[in-house]
Amino acid sequence: MNKWENNRAWFLILPVFIIVAFSAVIPLMTVVNYSVQDIFGPGQRFFIGTEWFKEVLSDSRLHEALWRQLLFSGLVLLIEMPLGIAIALMMPKKGWGSSACLVVLALPLLIPWNVIGTIWIIFTRPDIGLFGATINGLGIPFDHTASPIDAWITVMLMEVWHWTPLVALLAYAGLRAIPEAYYQAAKIDGASAWAIFRYIQLPKMRGVLTIALLLRFMDSFLIYAEPFVLTGGGPGNSTTFLSIYLVKVAVGQFDLGPAAAFSLIYFLIVLLFCWLFYQALQAVGTGDK
Amino acid sequence: MKIRKRYFVLTLYLVVLFLPIYWMLNMSLRTNAEILGSLAMYPEHPTLENYMKIFGDPSWYSGYINSIIYVTMNMVISLVTALPAAYAFSRFRFIGDKHVFFWLLTNRMAPPAVFLLPFFQLYSTFNLIDTHIAVALAHCLFNVPLAVWILEGFMSGVPREIDETAFIDGYSFPHFFLRVFIPLIRAGIGVTAFFCFMFSWVELLLARTLTTTSAKPIAATMTRTVSATGLDWGLLAAAGILTIVPGALVIWFVRNHLAKGFALGRV
Repeated sequence: MNKWENNRAWFLILPVFIIVAFSAVIPLMTVVNYSVQDIFGPGQRFFIGTEWFKEVLSDSRLHEALWRQLLFSGLVLLIEMPLGIAIALMMPKKGWGSSACLVVLALPLLIPWNVIGTIWIIFTRPDIGLFGATINGLGIPFDHTASPIDAWITVMLMEVWHWTPLVALLAYAGLRAIPEAYYQAAKIDGASAWAIFRYIQLPKMRGVLTIALLLRFMDSFLIYAEPFVLTGGGPGNSTTFLSIYLVKVAVGQFDLGPAAAFSLIYFLIVLLFCWLFYQALQAVGTGDK
Repeated sequence: MKIRKRYFVLTLYLVVLFLPIYWMLNMSLRTNAEILGSLAMYPEHPTLENYMKIFGDPSWYSGYINSIIYVTMNMVISLVTALPAAYAFSRFRFIGDKHVFFWLLTNRMAPPAVFLLPFFQLYSTFNLIDTHIAVALAHCLFNVPLAVWILEGFMSGVPREIDETAFIDGYSFPHFFLRVFIPLIRAGIGVTAFFCFMFSWVELLLARTLTTTSAKPIAATMTRTVSATGLDWGLLAAAGILTIVPGALVIWFVRNHLAKGFALGRV
């Protein structure tokens, strides 16, 4: 697509620039500032270079949190993407049925994140929760406050419950954008349902699925409020994800230096992964054409 | 037969999706004694007691008002700043355009937890702590880039001939932008507003850190009250249900544009 060459367009970006500078660049610089200093109090700060970075990188609890986080995000993507696509394929194309589906699907997305945690506490408690009571009633002991595995299952269930609708909505939007003529042509050729999915629907959904994948990866990697409310990072450290650990270090122990170094590393990891995903998907896309 | 099986699975999924929310609704209509007494699929003696408690106590309902104020502010700020920027990205090529676009998106990827302390310091310096505008500005961190991203997609769908014709007809740029262009992407603006609402409404970590009393969001009020009064499950559930209501209303209004709006199509 050829666009007009015009550097005065910068003036149009200026408002965004100012607002993002205020809410992102200055704070980020502050973080960088903290990360290279040892601060004892007002006026007592020493430049210590990469000391904090070394300390943070050799922190074994951070390594554990990182692996836990990667496992979590990986599982989340593996479950949510296919499930979301499957649901989108099942949804009716028009009429009140599709409106009803959309409204119900969008509902979990608009619940404040800590309320999500609250819902699942109530839902999974063995004494008052439907899920907890049913599972226990079946004779399977289930208690997410005591068993790490149960805690993981609960957090995964919550995450899948919460965010699969986003994938489904995006995939559904992608499906709706496919012209009817494609399906008619496929029908004439006698294509199977799988062939239609593989060669028409999937390639056409590439754009929205990229967005879904990126959004889901970012948000699952940054997850904080839901597991914090539900499990508080426990039992033990079994559901302490990166954000929870970071807030523990920054606010709980008030270690500004290490927390800042940690923050920067964290940010860079997210950036790196998003860039990799983006590149990979772009490569797949050009292969199709 | 095949169709029926498909809808059966879909309905089952939607029921499962709705069940946890229903369970909370169920709790909110029962008294605490009843909740702890027995497990019931529906409230035998529905009571609005929990809701009355919330509407009768300013420390509860002011939370809702605060949340709505800062979410609205954030929506307005995000849209007003993102509209011209998205136009620039969709129409012009200029020095560093791709880099700036990616840089904006990186802010969407920044962990909010990273920004807690610096935000607190920055806003203390400007005396903004515990004001609505502080939360609104903080949420711009992820909402402005998202708004630019979505709007750019919509604007690129409008053929450039429209711009050219308008300029030949003698429209000035602001006039063209406000009178011709914005009405053309109404749906896109609606969807963007929906996303801004969504991400600002559900975010808690920053909102809680930047407020103490007078701008405290409802979700934060909930956590505080729970720890203060022990566990009043009924009250907690009622407060939770009320946080879902504004979201549900917004969905209802945009339901017809929802599917179209999600089709951002391009990255």
